[in-house]
Amino acid sequence: MIRVFVPRDSGALSVGAEAVARGIALEAAARAAAVTLVRNGSRGLYWLEPMVEVETRGGRVAYGPVTPPDLPGLFAAGFLEGKPHRLALGATEEIPYLRRQERLTFARVGITDPVSLGDYEAHEGYRGLRRALTMPGAAIVDMVTQSGLRGRGGAAFPTGIKWKTVLGTTADPKYVVCNADEGDSGTFSDRMIMEGDPFVLIEGMTIAGIAVGATQGYIYIRSEYPHATRALNEAIAAATAAGYLGPDVLESGKRFDLEVRVGAGAYICGEETAMLESLEGKRGMVRYKPPLPAIAGLFGKPTIINNVISLASVPIILDKGGEYYRDYGMGRSRGTLPIQLAGNLKHGGLVEKAFGVTLRELLYDYGGGSRTGRPLRAVQVGGPLGAYLPESQFDTPIDYEAFTGISAMLGHGGIVAFDDTVDMAAQARYAMEFCAIESCGKCTPCRIGSTRGVEGIDRVRTIDKIVAGRDREANVQLVRDLCDTMLHGSLCALGGMAPFPVLSAFNHFPEDFGLTAGALAGAGR
Amino acid sequence: MSAEPALSAEAREAAVSAAVAEHAGRPGPLLPILHAIQERLGCVPAEAVPSVAQALNLSRAEVHGVISFYHDFRDHPPGRHLLKICRAESCQALGADALVAHAKKKLGVGFHETTADGAITLEPVYCLGNCALSPAVLVGEDIRGRVTAERFDSLVDELRMAR
Repeated sequence: MIRVFVPRDSGALSVGAEAVARGIALEAAARAAAVTLVRNGSRGLYWLEPMVEVETRGGRVAYGPVTPPDLPGLFAAGFLEGKPHRLALGATEEIPYLRRQERLTFARVGITDPVSLGDYEAHEGYRGLRRALTMPGAAIVDMVTQSGLRGRGGAAFPTGIKWKTVLGTTADPKYVVCNADEGDSGTFSDRMIMEGDPFVLIEGMTIAGIAVGATQGYIYIRSEYPHATRALNEAIAAATAAGYLGPDVLESGKRFDLEVRVGAGAYICGEETAMLESLEGKRGMVRYKPPLPAIAGLFGKPTIINNVISLASVPIILDKGGEYYRDYGMGRSRGTLPIQLAGNLKHGGLVEKAFGVTLRELLYDYGGGSRTGRPLRAVQVGGPLGAYLPESQFDTPIDYEAFTGISAMLGHGGIVAFDDTVDMAAQARYAMEFCAIESCGKCTPCRIGSTRGVEGIDRVRTIDKIVAGRDREANVQLVRDLCDTMLHGSLCALGGMAPFPVLSAFNHFPEDFGLTAGALAGAGR
Repeated sequence: MSAEPALSAEAREAAVSAAVAEHAGRPGPLLPILHAIQERLGCVPAEAVPSVAQALNLSRAEVHGVISFYHDFRDHPPGRHLLKICRAESCQALGADALVAHAKKKLGVGFHETTADGAITLEPVYCLGNCALSPAVLVGEDIRGRVTAERFDSLVDELRMAR
């Protein structure tokens, strides 16, 4: 039997992987070729999807992007033996984009059958949990602290500290909630993990539960991710059947149950307290803090809330030790970040790298420059609340503190590139419009400010050229003042960070607002 | 995907009761119940609110408040196909705005509207997590990437044929 891999990842499906998988099965049957189809996750080289891999004696070799009409030719050329073809990419692991990565969290994604527990175990799966079960809870928490892992959802809060707070509480029950409401444009690493290696998330959550004495876990996933929801539910059923979840995890006497809950289309539910409200069956309104969710979270009980990538990074830390993970990275940003290259790039996809790689390397060495062939002009990092960076800032390293230093943020690691046709005034307007659409409405700066922001930017954009000058400057100043109020007066990051894209557009791209750089200087930041 | 056109009042009531019965015992059951109702009826009709409220010991205002908060829940069924176009930044970087304009013109509807033949309801969506293959659209659970105007047109033709 020859194993042939065609991804079930929704990105691959979006460009025809299902038809390719069906076509391979049909063509193999017609030629009486003994083929086993494996539906793997995506390797994250999306411009090559659907990327088909064949397991040969010399290892896995890749072909892509494959369309159904290519299949007869591929079979005729002998692709089942890894023979050359116009679409041949050689040994998968040797493709430079992949070879130059440090895949820790994504170690198995694209390699295994995502919902095969046997495959997971055969690829070092569940070693972290087995080790955790031999350790006291405090030692598990210490190891996570030692690894330097910080919240990958965007806030970058040290994961171990959060766990320690929950460990120190005495309430019963405690909860572990995974924030899988990956709503930032330009991000898809959570989705890839959930579709491509759901067991690693399940294992990470189980370790979290064992560490702090939590018995129930919830994965709050956005409704836009139906394929990920399906993969998670299949994997949870398999893990439960095998005793990795349930009343007696691996006969340790410890309980941990896990359930997937689907959101209903609300960006704000990615904010942790709004997510808790939603899980409780309420409107996704942001809560005041304190109390911290670690002390009074879901249903008022102590709750660990972590992003998918944070939790999925825990198994390898427990397996290989905190130092192993900490030895990657720079400064206070330890380990690796799964970076997502999106927007107008030739080679969009997933790049997991140790912190320290520069934006420029990512955009050009990995991303291959713009897909349209025009110069890259602006790059938004960190989702819709992230700053737009001009070419002069492309040498910034991927590091939490370096980004804070230029009034930007790494967020969840999404990078959206725009070429020189972008209208930054339109992008600034969109940032405010998005905030107005998605605001939960609890605090005034966000609820009202976002709408006034749209109006203000519209005035800047539409002021007639003849009366330009003072009116335009006055309106820019007004929007800046508004941004200042939102930055400092909002209850959560939605209103508190929506000004970042707006202010960065003013600061770095004044010409798009009909102003010179000089006219904008001194007006706020 | 969408509901059968003419369910009787009794059948609708039964669908609501079944959804409530299936999930009422879970902690925080309201969202799972609303999803289950919408799956069965294509929407969460106003008439479902009192029975859900009663079953969960909530006020009707609370239930209505939750339904109206979330973009997904609708109070009337969509067309046979629900077509969502991503409007977020990554898709904008590769022409989403032009694609939206094209879609509205091709279908003759605006966002949140259904074509005259009842085939397609058009909605905006803010990120489908397919940002390396922008622009993206979603039909039911079927996601499409690198959607050009031509591919959009053939998708629409396909959906109209599909019934």
